[in-house]
Amino acid sequence: MQPFTYERAGSVRAAAAAVAAKPEAKFISGGTNLLDLMKLEIERPTHLVDISRLPLDRIEETPEGGLRIGAQVRNSDLAADLRVRSRYPVLSQALLAGASGQIRNKASTAGNLLQRTRCPYFYDRNMPCNKREPGSGCAALEGFNRMHAVLGASEACIAVHPSDLAVAMAALDAEVETSLPEGTTRTIPIVDLHRLPASTPHVETTLGHGEMITAVTLPPPPSGRQLYRKVRDRASYAFALVSVAAVVEKNGVRIRRARIAMGGVAPKPWRTLEAEYVLAGAEAADPAFSEAAESALAGAVGRGSNDFKIPLAKRTIRQTLAAAVEDA
Amino acid sequence: MAETDYRITRRTVLEGGAATCLLLASGLPVGAQDAGATITAERVTTPISKIPMTLRINATEQALELDPRTTLLDALRNHLGLTGSKKGCDHGQCGACTVLVNGRRINSCVSLAAQHEGDEITTIEGLADGDQLHPVQAAFVAHDGFQCGYCTPGQICSAVGMLEEVRAGWPSHASTDVATGPAALSDAEIRERMSGNICRCAAYSNIVAAIRDAAEEV
Repeated sequence: MQPFTYERAGSVRAAAAAVAAKPEAKFISGGTNLLDLMKLEIERPTHLVDISRLPLDRIEETPEGGLRIGAQVRNSDLAADLRVRSRYPVLSQALLAGASGQIRNKASTAGNLLQRTRCPYFYDRNMPCNKREPGSGCAALEGFNRMHAVLGASEACIAVHPSDLAVAMAALDAEVETSLPEGTTRTIPIVDLHRLPASTPHVETTLGHGEMITAVTLPPPPSGRQLYRKVRDRASYAFALVSVAAVVEKNGVRIRRARIAMGGVAPKPWRTLEAEYVLAGAEAADPAFSEAAESALAGAVGRGSNDFKIPLAKRTIRQTLAAAVEDA
Repeated sequence: MAETDYRITRRTVLEGGAATCLLLASGLPVGAQDAGATITAERVTTPISKIPMTLRINATEQALELDPRTTLLDALRNHLGLTGSKKGCDHGQCGACTVLVNGRRINSCVSLAAQHEGDEITTIEGLADGDQLHPVQAAFVAHDGFQCGYCTPGQICSAVGMLEEVRAGWPSHASTDVATGPAALSDAEIRERMSGNICRCAAYSNIVAAIRDAAEEV
């Protein structure tokens, strides 16, 4: 690990200012991803600002009837919260499908959203990677790319975003609240937090240096059934090959509205409005599910080893929708 | 045939250490004087001052001065002689380093010691009450829940934390309905909840039996 200096932040304002003051400074919270990458010297911050003790660890009701989740709420506390479990079960399901009990006890809400890809070439310093070393190339394009993206990728990078939480948040229309170094705040829709790689895969989010996530807000719970379905190589403690978060509201035999987001297939949590458009007003049965699945993957591009993800994603969407409408 | 002696003696280690100290004192990058050391060539050589900190471990306050890079695991093992917590993968994947922080299980290898000032840390050394084993420890012995034993301290600390999570009504991926939580601690629940602890000897069936047994006692 490269040497660094450490400080524990006393306030949100001070934390943002401390990171903004040094170009190579970073926030640290749970550290489960950052320290992993620092040990491999893929992340090389010269200064760490510890934000884990800031008073951002509460889950509060909003006046609109939603929830405001503090950025420092641990993944395990969020998954176990009774309001989340009863009103936003897709969020609990997604969290519990990810990582291990130990990791969930440490990892923060904001840290989960900002975790970096597990692409093996990003982790291997002997291989080219445009995300780790801009301009060096992408070893995954012609390499072992079974885990990689089929949607939203570019010729510069085909890595996927690994979060389950972010996928559920995308289906729930969550918004991210941030605090900027100069003391102002802003709100970012979750689908706009992460950037597509294009020619700059090392720039992963729309956050500026020193801009800190303080909370994630959820609108009032949507009507209908919520489901998170994760397909992976092991039954537990593995990243998604494909995952689907679905919120389906029925009106008699028809679907009033459906919201679908996918994980494991793209460089960011992938909300699929095309599929939702197909489903709105359609009969809640397979012809519509298949059509939705086809439209969700219409622009998908396989890179060889990950070709299987395209039919797998379609089947997972169909299966999740069928399960969701059973008693929606 | 002439024999080459590759043994490292205490003397060569001391000399090597002294040479490194001299290089550091010269202000030159260590790697710059050693063409073979490509990784060290880009290292920052400015000495980083140690951080004084007090960690509360197994109900005892421990005053330490540590490099900021020191993980909680390395603080326990290398600075306090508490070698019960094991270093397996050192990347938060195997669970051998699991300890309890404020009663919750975490991977001590992906955690900075400095982040844990003010926390109540319990390691495998702090679970027993004198000669009286913790019920989870006793159950692992009774059920032969190990073979080589390397993962065992982590398995036991993890199980202690996990049973507390179950008692608090936390659901898991194996629970049929997250809203209601676990109906009972089935073997499927135990396996899912313990998936952050790997056993290379694959003593899993006995580990599950030990935890099932301990769950009724704790």
